Amino acid sequence: MSAEQSAPSGDAAARAVAPTSPESGGGDGGPDRRWQEAIARATSGGWAVAVGAVLLAVLAGSIMIAVTDPEVQDAASYFFSRPADLLKAVGDAVGGAYSALFRGAVYNYNADTFAKSIRPLTQSLTYATPLILAGLGVAIGFRSGMFNIGGQGQMLMSAAAAGWVGFSFDLPAGLHIVVAVAAGVVAGALWAGIAGVLKATTGAHEVIVTIMLNYIAFYLLSYLLATPGLLQAPGSANPKTPPMASTAILPRIFGPQYPLHLGFLLALVAVVLVWFLLNRSSLGFRFRMIGENQFAGRVAGVNVSRTIIGSMLVGGALIGAAGSTQVLGLITNGFGSDIDAGVGFDAITVALLGSSQPVGVFFASLLFGAFKAGGSAMQAGEGIPIEIVLVVQSLIVLFIAAPPLVRAIFRLPQPEKHRTGKKKPREPKAAAAMAAPTTPTADGAAR
Amino acid sequence: MTALAPAPAAVPDAGEHRRVQVISRKAPIAFAIVTGLFAILLLAVPREGDATFRFATVGDLFTIPNATVPGMATAWTAVVIMGLATVAAFVLVARRRRVPGWISLVFAFVFLVGFLAWAAAGSPSDIPAVRLIGGSVLLSVPIVFGALGGVIGERAGVVNIAIEGQLLAGAFTGAFVGSVTGSPWAGLVAAIVSGVLVALVLGVFAITYKVNQVIVGVVLNVLVIGMTSFLYSQVLVPNAERFNDTERFSRIAIPLLSKIPVIGPALFNQTIVVYVMYLTVPAVWFALMRTRWGLRVRAVGEHPSAADTVGIKVERTRYRALVIAGAIAGVGGAFYTVVSVSSFGKEMTAGAGFIALAAVIFGKWDPIRAALAALLFGFASNLEGALSIVGAPVPSQFMLMLPYVVTILAVAGLVGRSRAPAADGVPYIKE
Repeated sequence: MSAEQSAPSGDAAARAVAPTSPESGGGDGGPDRRWQEAIARATSGGWAVAVGAVLLAVLAGSIMIAVTDPEVQDAASYFFSRPADLLKAVGDAVGGAYSALFRGAVYNYNADTFAKSIRPLTQSLTYATPLILAGLGVAIGFRSGMFNIGGQGQMLMSAAAAGWVGFSFDLPAGLHIVVAVAAGVVAGALWAGIAGVLKATTGAHEVIVTIMLNYIAFYLLSYLLATPGLLQAPGSANPKTPPMASTAILPRIFGPQYPLHLGFLLALVAVVLVWFLLNRSSLGFRFRMIGENQFAGRVAGVNVSRTIIGSMLVGGALIGAAGSTQVLGLITNGFGSDIDAGVGFDAITVALLGSSQPVGVFFASLLFGAFKAGGSAMQAGEGIPIEIVLVVQSLIVLFIAAPPLVRAIFRLPQPEKHRTGKKKPREPKAAAAMAAPTTPTADGAAR
Repeated sequence: MTALAPAPAAVPDAGEHRRVQVISRKAPIAFAIVTGLFAILLLAVPREGDATFRFATVGDLFTIPNATVPGMATAWTAVVIMGLATVAAFVLVARRRRVPGWISLVFAFVFLVGFLAWAAAGSPSDIPAVRLIGGSVLLSVPIVFGALGGVIGERAGVVNIAIEGQLLAGAFTGAFVGSVTGSPWAGLVAAIVSGVLVALVLGVFAITYKVNQVIVGVVLNVLVIGMTSFLYSQVLVPNAERFNDTERFSRIAIPLLSKIPVIGPALFNQTIVVYVMYLTVPAVWFALMRTRWGLRVRAVGEHPSAADTVGIKVERTRYRALVIAGAIAGVGGAFYTVVSVSSFGKEMTAGAGFIALAAVIFGKWDPIRAALAALLFGFASNLEGALSIVGAPVPSQFMLMLPYVVTILAVAGLVGRSRAPAADGVPYIKE
């Protein structure tokens, strides 16, 4: 997407070959011409597509809400006698849903005080925290050509480790948090490392192994939670841990009335670190190298096996941090085997929406966190199942991924010149593929 | 495929080329690990008494008597045989030869018998062989259909991560239409249609708009989960008896075949959907490997530009393959609501689509191998039920874990590096 938002100066070469470019049109167009150019560029740019994608997704969500709303169905039965009723019912259902979503996610304008009004915003940031961390972990996998579907398992194992340190150790306040988070990070890294080691040594496909490790982690945690003396709370028959020790709980950033905890700062630091790792360090360069082309990487002297393991370890460590913040920040009074709360899979969508760029992952996570917070409020307030949020979220990602479709629907101009400019560098790749038809492509890159 | 991709082995006579033979030690190492773990288990948890295997059911052509064996002795015998197989595998590898597949099969079978004998030792109930096989087939049905759909799609060059979504959509519409019409056939057809619809959405984004196929697949899964769960809560739950109560297909016993001991009642006293599965697996293999259509599909998946050069319409071929794959996956989805149970539940496929995806890779993109991988998976899942009957001394969570551990061991130890179709996941851009 970023390639299509190219700056005006960036595509000068491409513009020169385009027939409608201002150069070929001559200078007599004047300011009018320039306006048209500017409008064309703005409407064909990435942000127009993003807005269009959100509009389409919200529209689809509205249709689903309206069609399944009982009052709308009632009004539709006498549509021809009083059509205005139907419109009003649709408006009530859809408007109620989205205003509840907004109040739950960003700003509750119905609250008495400003302090209470902004609580939803901190709730959204809290939900975004594990998504940022886990999304970064999955993104690192993508950048090194590996599809880590094992976020769920890595989060469960890290939650188990961090939680165990959190409730059973007796340490001073600051140190306890550090040790607990570190335990979670190590557990997540090791669990992902299994897939990395198996891929590097035996070639076992990471998609299979990480899926299987999800289930194994789930049942392992279930066993630990159901066995007295391991993770189960003493004197309880429920598969649930005791509450975390007060020394291990991540402190709230803005005081006890807001849920936002220190994990969010950890996530911010992680965004910067991962950006540095991927874009400025040699390790990150090796990650990206095997992600682009394993064979080229090997020829250039990269130890592919070790890099695969390293990438899984780093990705797993980040997902492990997500699991730690979950038990030490969000659900501190004991957790069950559903502690991952779907973050492991949401992280994949977040990484894709953020096009595996650290900053992109950050903003995608904020969006998803807001949806999660708002969706709960919508379900509680309006009785609309929270799953509608999944529909809207997935449609947004789908439409953003297909700019030409969105442009076609909204009749936005297709950025022809950007296209020609973009297509150029692809040719050598295709030519190379044709020259060596038997070269097995790095199948990891495709998945 | 050989016709399309000239193998480099075709020009080895240049003299200075040294033959490089790749020796894999994975099989013997995997054998050794499994044997060692089993021996440790036997030492750690010894059991008393006999184990009984039951083979007979009422109405067999002839009756196989129950086999009663001493539990521990059988288990240790199995360990010895497994040890011998391990040694044989090491010897073969040392002589730079491949470990043949039948050794792996024998190894797995002996391990299974030994493990069951150990688990059932001293138990008052016996191990029902019929249920063991029949249950495995039932549990693997949606995975087999999903895997076949995945194989066709990926052979045509479209990575299909949305198998889960196709299964779930099929299950939902199967339940809805099946309940409204009161006919399981209508439910089945509706499930096929919705499988095709999901496939078409995948096609529009992945083929026409050239969006990254992994993105589309992952997102489609979320979309289908969201839509079905939303509609389930809003529409199905309030009117459950009208919209979510299907008539199920009944079992049909095939004359004569169903009277064969053990496999008869297990395999040939099933519903129509299972028989369709028996036919679909070889049919997909034949279609992909022996017909012109299959050659085109594979050509488009391996080298689309070459296929385009000889006049094959790449996009149209991919769309057709996806539609067929979607229909097959839809049948798998119908299994949930018109065969297995008679109502839809939120996210009732519970990750079967991902297991099917694993089966596709496990089966190296071959329909028959993928179906076998799916069967292995169904078998391992079913084992847990059988072992809970005999009261195995292992916490149930570890039994539930078993299929996944077995899959990892099999993938890491026996399958190893699997090669996807060359253009899998790569959108085709016509020059």
